[in-house]
Amino acid sequence: MITVHIQYFAILREQRGVARETRSTPAGTAAALYDELRARYGFSLPRDRVRAAVDESFVAWDTSLRDGQTVVFIPPVAGG
Amino acid sequence: MFCISTEPLDPAALQRTLADAHAGACVTFEGWVRDHNDGRPVLALDYEAYAPLAEKEGARILAEAREKFAIVGAVCIHRVGSLRIGDLAVWVGVSAAHRGAAFDACRFVIDETKARVPVWKKEHYAVGDTAWINCATRGDHAAAVKS
Repeated sequence: MITVHIQYFAILREQRGVARETRSTPAGTAAALYDELRARYGFSLPRDRVRAAVDESFVAWDTSLRDGQTVVFIPPVAGG
Repeated sequence: MFCISTEPLDPAALQRTLADAHAGACVTFEGWVRDHNDGRPVLALDYEAYAPLAEKEGARILAEAREKFAIVGAVCIHRVGSLRIGDLAVWVGVSAAHRGAAFDACRFVIDETKARVPVWKKEHYAVGDTAWINCATRGDHAAAVKS
């Protein structure tokens, strides 16, 4: 198990019900963590509509997670 | 400079930051909150951003613009918070020696910003419901997830 800090924005924040949490997880990758959270909290967005960011940089879904990192899942953007 | 701002934007002040003796052209773009989207009357918008990553990705876009086009300066500022109809949501300004590069780079910066920067928009509709734009999933409204 590792412990990661997760921040939620926009539709994911509303569906999770909190803006941030610190969570212990068996997930080894960003993809596994999103799948775990989606199954637990019923996120409407499938993983292929979302991007992952670790420690303020976009990362590939198969990126390994390490203890203490900050993970953010990025729903489809809509600036402008 | 690419910034996320919680305060209202001041186009005149932003444009002054581009002043440069080498510049013979300045093209600016203003994105305003409009009163309709996809055929539905809109009352207001909430914007939110993952600011650290938004500013990092935005800086990357401005660097790309400098590589692709012969420009002198480029600035983009995006508002977050609750905005009303007519409010300024995003401002882009590009200066260049000649107008062609300034027009092209300004278009590039706003297009890439809309496509890549982690900013989200929630619309509040006249009939009382809301939706996060671009977050539709199967069975939802074509352009939005209703909540």
